[in-house]
Formats: sequence, structure tokens, C-alpha cells
Amino acid sequence: MKSPIARHLIGVPRSGIRDFFEIVSARKGVISLGIGEPDFVTPWHISEAALFALERGATAYTSNLGILELREEVARYMERFYKVSYDPKTEILITVGVSEALDLAIRALIEPGDEVLYHEPCYVSYAPVVTFAHGKAVAVSTRREDDFRLTRAALEAKVSPRTKVLLLNFPTNPTGAVLPRKDCEEIAAFAIEHDLVVLTDEIYAELTYAGGHVSIASLPGMKERTIFLNGFSKTWAMTGWRIGFACAPPELTEAMMKIHQYTIMCAPTLGQKAAIEALRHGEADAEHMRKDYEKRRNYICASLEEMGIPCHLPKGAFYAFPYIGHFGLSSKDFALNLLDQENVACVPGTAFGSSGEGFIRCAYAANMPNIKEAMSRMARFVGKLRK
Amino acid sequence: MLQIRVMDELLRLLKENALESPRNLAKMLNQSEDAVKARIADYERTGVIRGYQAVVNEDKLDIDRVSAVIEVKITPEREGGYDELANRIGRFPEVDSIYLMSGGFDLLIFVKGRNLKEVAFFVSDKLATIEGVVSTVTHFMLKTYKDSGVLMEAEKERERLGVTP
Repeated sequence: MKSPIARHLIGVPRSGIRDFFEIVSARKGVISLGIGEPDFVTPWHISEAALFALERGATAYTSNLGILELREEVARYMERFYKVSYDPKTEILITVGVSEALDLAIRALIEPGDEVLYHEPCYVSYAPVVTFAHGKAVAVSTRREDDFRLTRAALEAKVSPRTKVLLLNFPTNPTGAVLPRKDCEEIAAFAIEHDLVVLTDEIYAELTYAGGHVSIASLPGMKERTIFLNGFSKTWAMTGWRIGFACAPPELTEAMMKIHQYTIMCAPTLGQKAAIEALRHGEADAEHMRKDYEKRRNYICASLEEMGIPCHLPKGAFYAFPYIGHFGLSSKDFALNLLDQENVACVPGTAFGSSGEGFIRCAYAANMPNIKEAMSRMARFVGKLRK
Repeated sequence: MLQIRVMDELLRLLKENALESPRNLAKMLNQSEDAVKARIADYERTGVIRGYQAVVNEDKLDIDRVSAVIEVKITPEREGGYDELANRIGRFPEVDSIYLMSGGFDLLIFVKGRNLKEVAFFVSDKLATIEGVVSTVTHFMLKTYKDSGVLMEAEKERERLGVTP
């Protein structure tokens, strides 16, 4: 039988992370810096609120858009933290994590052949999701020399008459890059000039260490052409609850809602209840975790520099993205040898696009004793490489 | 006296793990090792840091040990107020901690002894006979679940995937 799998899907490679995951899972005693989720458990007051909701029978479907109470809390949070106003009745949609919101947004916007600009190295899902929607994902490389900032010049080089969407993720997984106000304004001007819809995944916004996160949605003239995506996974250590949200003008929200309604119905009810508690009483949780991550970031970067691995200090998210190209190994071989010899797992930079060659991603969402042990093992590994 | 408006990050780290080396603390705080050492010395000198202790789960030890919490009502002294009397009580080695409280009694005292008899003796012969102590109510502790911010039972390793995007 000829392969029944749709052709546009066959061309999409499996996530490099998944390959690596299988190698790591087969081993024992691995210290993993490869995990892209908080090592904290969900703050107890949030889990406890969900237990209470469960006792009260919160087990039925919710509105397609999500529980109104939660959308109202999201609206308040958007106003407070991101300085953008959204109407909870028509401009906010609760989704199954940012992953679903991203898929909805792309499917709502892209027709076959439409182009989506995205910056690389980046989270693994962006290009595949565009391909699944029969669009064309066009990568714009960011470089270590620029601290992985995205510049207007780089964007201008890749824009075409078919470009419809600009996909942003700041702070960035895996580089930890942020978008300072000036860059943000330049990119907004670029989007307006080329009449693009901006899809901005700001899941790591609360993990901006020097503060001052600017959302592109808050700039003049941008709200009407922006779909803002966020969720609870990183800020409140709620990855397994699967709750995210999209904020966009009514027409765009309605379009996304149409797909959501027919494919997903609604986000998990219990997760939505937990999310309400996170937004109402969770401001201190985020602060507490950010302070902890900051110390781990400092420790990991100082340790890498000590062993002669250049590592820019990431300004956001919880990933260090050090350069290891000077050891004469590809990212993949470096990561494989490190795992083989020292049982430390990092993700090869190439899992995040070809411009990640020469880098590895070390997540510092691991506890301090593990980070310390991983760094001392890595120092030993690097010492051997030098001989 | 050294003015400390907010507990700084160094103290927070030491409260979590007093054994952390100055070198590691310096790395985490993005400071020089010397600056960290100087700061710690400063805290010790000014009495902000009063000591370093291990958090021990005594239920795991096969030793005879009894802990009690005692609510004490006292009459404050004319000149020393509550402080004189509290310090007098605090000097007994049996007393672990002592706090001035609002509400129905004045001092809350944590006491340790080898057995019930020893604690009872301390209360009846030493504590209750101090001039100014009006009454005592003694509660014996049965089991410790959490002490100094540490759960006594180590939680099971959580299930997390080895590598995720």
C-alpha cells in the first residue's frame, strides 16, 4: 500500500528533542538540563483551589471561550502586566496551553502559500504548525553577536509579498533573548508598513530578570493587528494543567473560537479553576520563582564562563544557550558525548533550527544541587576535550 | 546597628542552606567572593546572623526526647517589663525558644527534655516558681511534620520527562 500519510506532513521531521528524549530515557542516573518546564510544583494554594473546585463538582464543560470569571481575570492581568485592554466577552479565548492557541491562530490566518516570518533559534513547534496549515514558514536567523536580538534589517531581508504573519517569542526559548522597547517599536513599524498580523507568544514574559517587559500589543496601532498568546505553564509552574489563552480583536478571536469550538470544545475545566486562583492570588509566586531562577542563571553562566564556554547572560526565560562550536564538535555530538561520558543531558542547539548549530541549551529550571553537579561534570568533560 | 529594610538575597540563601560555600553564593548573586565573605562577617558581627544549625528530624533518632510548648502568664516587672523575665526564663538550657505573644497568655515557650518527668520537673520546680510567673499550661508534642520550613518527610521524586521542548 502506498503511504496513506498526507504529503505535507511527511516532509516535517520529528522534533530533535524527541529523538534526544529517547536516548536520555534509556539511561539511568542522568542529570537533565534538558527540561523546558519549571522544576517547581504548582504553588499549593492553586492546587488546593482546584481540589476545592473538584469537591464542588467542577467537572462539566465550560463556555467555548472559557469560564467568564477566568476571562475577566485575564483581562485584569493583561491590563496590569502588559498594559493592554481586552474585552473579556469578545477578545479573550482560553485554550489548551499556548500550543493550541498557536495552532488556532495560524489556522485562522494562513491560506496555502501564505508566508510566516519567525526568528530562529526558536521553540520547536512554530515551523511545523505553519506547515500543517499549508503555509510557508520563513526563518530569520538571530545571532550570538547581537545577543540573539531580532532586528528590522534581518526582517526586511526575508519579507515578501506573500508574508502575512510575523511570529514573535520574547523572551525566547532557547536563547533567553528579550525585546527591548526600542527594538519592539522598530518591529511594530515594520509590521505596520508591510501590513502583517503579529502573533506574539509571551509565555516567558514574567521571567524577565531586569524587569521592563514590553508587549508589542501595547504599542500604538498594534493591538488591532496582534494576537497575544500566553499561559500559566511557566509563570505558575502549571505545565500539566494545560491552560493558555489568546487575546485578539473580536474578529480574530471569533475566527479562532470557531476552530477551537469544533476541535477542542473547551479547555479543561479544573485547569481553568486553578488558573483563576493563580491570577487572583499568585503574584508573589511568580516573584519567588523568578528570584530563584535568577540565582541559578547566574551560577550556570559563571560556571560555563569558568570552563571557557562563552555564554551571554540570558535576560529572560530559563535557558542558557552557550557557544560550544570552538571544541570542534557539532552540537549534536557535543550533547551526545556529554551524555555518554558524564550522564548530563543538554539539548543540541540544532533542535531549535539550523542557526542553533554551535550551541547547546542548558535549562536552569533544575534544582540547585543538580545544577552544581551538572556543572562540575561538564567542567570535567570539557577538560578532557581540551587534551 | 545595621539597618536592613528587606531581607536580602544572601540571607535568604543562607537560611535555605547555611553550608553553601561563599564561592557558590558569589556565583549565584553575581558578586565577588570577597564581597560575600565581608557581608557575612558583617551580619555575624552585628548580630543579624545569630548562629547556624542543622534541621534535625528527631523522630528518626532512637533517643529519648520530649518536647513541650508552654503557655505562660506573667506579671511584667516594674522596670524590666516583659524582657527581664523572658530573658531570665530563656537562660535555662531546657528552653529552646521563647516568644512574647498577644492574646490570652504572655509568653510561649518551647522546651526540650529527656522524658516527661524531666519536663514536668522543669515546669513545676523552675518555671512556675519564678517570681512574676502567674500560671502555666503545658502541651506535649507528639510528632513533628514540619520544622523551620522543612517538611520532615522527604517528598517522593516527582515524575518529569527527561527532555522536553
